[in-house]
Amino acid sequence: MSEPATMAWLASHELRLGWRDLTSLVTAGGRRRRNAIIAIVVFVVAMHAFANWVVKNYATIDIGADPVTLITISSTLLLSWALLLSQAMESVTRIFYTRSDLDLILTSPVSARKVFAVRMARIAAAAAMMALLLASPFINTLAWHGGPRWLAGYGVVAAMAATATAFALALTIALFRLIGARRTRLIAQIVAAVIGAGFVIGLQILAIFSGGTLSRVTALHSPWLVARLPDADSVVWWPARAALGDITALVAVLVTALLVIAGAIALFSARFGEHALAAAGVSAAAVRQRRTSLRLRPRTPSSALRRKEWLLLWRDPWLVSQTLMQILYLLPPAVLLYVTFRHGTNAYVVLIPVMVMAAGQLAGGLAWLSISGEDAPDLIATAPVTPARVLTAKIEAVLGAVALVFAPLTAVLAFESVYAALVLALGIAAATAAATFIQICFRAQARRSHFRRRHTSSRIATFAEAFSSVSWAATAAVAAGPSWLAVIPMAVALAILLGIWLVRPRTA
Amino acid sequence: MHKSRPVSLATRGLRKDFERPAVDGLDLTIYGGEFYCLLGPNGAGKTTTLRMVAGLLGPDAGTIAIEGIDALARPEDAKQVTAWLSDEPMVYDKLTPYEYLEFVAGLWRIDAATAQARARDLIGWLGLEDQAHTRCEGFSKGMRQKVALAGALVHDPKLIILDEPLTGLDAGAARLVKNVLRERVARGGTVIMTTHILEVAERMADRIGVIANGRLIAEGTLDELRIKAGAAVASLEDAFLALVASEAAAA
Ligand SMILES: Nc1ncnc2c1ncn2[C@@H]1O[C@H](COP(=O)(O)OP(=O)(O)OP(=O)(O)O)[C@@H](O)[C@H]1O
Ligand SMILES: [Mg+2]
Repeated sequence: MSEPATMAWLASHELRLGWRDLTSLVTAGGRRRRNAIIAIVVFVVAMHAFANWVVKNYATIDIGADPVTLITISSTLLLSWALLLSQAMESVTRIFYTRSDLDLILTSPVSARKVFAVRMARIAAAAAMMALLLASPFINTLAWHGGPRWLAGYGVVAAMAATATAFALALTIALFRLIGARRTRLIAQIVAAVIGAGFVIGLQILAIFSGGTLSRVTALHSPWLVARLPDADSVVWWPARAALGDITALVAVLVTALLVIAGAIALFSARFGEHALAAAGVSAAAVRQRRTSLRLRPRTPSSALRRKEWLLLWRDPWLVSQTLMQILYLLPPAVLLYVTFRHGTNAYVVLIPVMVMAAGQLAGGLAWLSISGEDAPDLIATAPVTPARVLTAKIEAVLGAVALVFAPLTAVLAFESVYAALVLALGIAAATAAATFIQICFRAQARRSHFRRRHTSSRIATFAEAFSSVSWAATAAVAAGPSWLAVIPMAVALAILLGIWLVRPRTA
Repeated sequence: MHKSRPVSLATRGLRKDFERPAVDGLDLTIYGGEFYCLLGPNGAGKTTTLRMVAGLLGPDAGTIAIEGIDALARPEDAKQVTAWLSDEPMVYDKLTPYEYLEFVAGLWRIDAATAQARARDLIGWLGLEDQAHTRCEGFSKGMRQKVALAGALVHDPKLIILDEPLTGLDAGAARLVKNVLRERVARGGTVIMTTHILEVAERMADRIGVIANGRLIAEGTLDELRIKAGAAVASLEDAFLALVASEAAAA
């Protein structure tokens, strides 16, 4: 190991932490390890198959492509870059507000600037890692069909991750200066989510309304835009050209990215320490509730529990926004489907699966919060209430919240078609019940503030939740047809639940 | 003299094994209206014992009776008359103390008028009037402990179980908690508590139990413990250390 307290020493520390994080799943040992490895292999194969299906036809695109092709590639890159940016912003804010080892670092005689410089580099490296992993099936497939020049894509992806991190740093620091430490956390997370979702939604909706077809690129091919595109050899196209395998462009892109991230680190690492200290000094705002009467309302244990769950959800804008953000991502396919089938016989039918899917996702989040995210487990466990009753009340709270969100939509649909509304209501009920069931099987004791980490605590539960929601959405879609074939996806959905029941962790 | 009193808590052959026995056949008898302190070195099994009594942990063997109720067969009835307070106060960040009390009163099915009167008294008593309608998220540990204590008392338990309730409290808050507990005992309530502050045990306890390695090695009033430990010892601290040392030598 190198000399203590140098940049290299700090970097090796970060590297070790990062490595343990990454491998924790595989090193768990025993059955979990085997399952994790199987899951990874299946995932990699599935991703390659998926990539093959998506990008095979593009492998023949030539390096000397025209601006119309280049704009398509560029906007795909920009889209991915937006997602990288939103990921990076999350990582950056996490550094500010995760107190775990920051106290140790800030009170140690090592210069905070060095520590933060290393940590920023780590974020960039982690972002690049993640992006490369996700992009690799696509790049591999392209290279397989179109020759090794496509491997340049790895360089472009790394450059994109680095610049996205640099921008995330700049944006977070700017937020800190503008609105202060207290509000930056929430705002930055929301900005990150909106950037992530916004680009996707915006571009898709643009495409949909400009051409009325499923193709996302229609808007980019409109004569108005084509007439205004820069020449084929413009600097603007360099990232796209680099992705196509143009070595000069690749080198330029890589060097620029390196300069940008190095510059950002040099510029911001000094500030970061100050801001981290400021974030540490943030006081939780004393929120006084309006209610000041000293009148207690009579309650049964069940109603007390339900009310408590609702109050806690309602008062946590952070958790609510996180949950709703998941739903936001479902909007583009909804619009897409809607517009595509608008001229069909029963247009509204296509909205049903999307809403069922959203309900399942929402229910999963809420169920985790109320069933696993109990902040006073001792109080509940020592109360004279049976565990079954506690669980029932919590489930009721989840179902109530989901119903509150989806009841108006269902009611609107009922004006169009009572049958469709009925299918929607049943689908939402089933997806919600299934997601709640999965959360019950995988319940653990956790603090609510760990909501965002719940996905890492049980990947099986996360995947099962997603697949279950998809199956119920498919069931609802087919049933809305109407068709008896709906029993097929329904059988799949039930099989998933059975599987979950069989593999659920059995802890006393 | 205790023998004529009703028994508030009785455990027989209570046992819990983790890798090794944490509680090893414990027989405790605590009488109504008694202030009982459980002492013991770190890892002796105090918390494990109290968590089993409170219904947070299932014992591997043995019986627990609270106010004559079989706590393992009828847990809800036993919990109705019991309160539990640990050293780490767990309250809901997003609720105000008043809402917290309302929630607890709901769980214990206390009727609204009674709960309201008690909540008002407790909040006044613990000096929480100014914060009664402020969310708990910014509270210090002592304030959280006060809220949790109010929650433990709002349902008027017969048996209060406390695990190191004074850790992290300032002198004023500790005094307040001690006064509240004393007052409960004076009105016929029973208190069982663990502490590492021997002076507290010395001052407040009617009887003291010393456990080590999950077994009760000595029990009695302060004087009885002194005698048991040997003629030379003067303070509870000396007695405690002598008892634990002789147990360790025997083991
Ligand atoms: N959940 C658990 N899993 C495994 N072992 C445990 C668990 N809880 C307690 N133990 C073990 O049981 C023994 C008794 O622990 P306990 O917490 O009851 O001690 P204690 O008397 O409360 O100690 P302290 O004074 O430090 O609070 C210890 O050896 C401890 O390591
Ligand atoms: Mg303990």
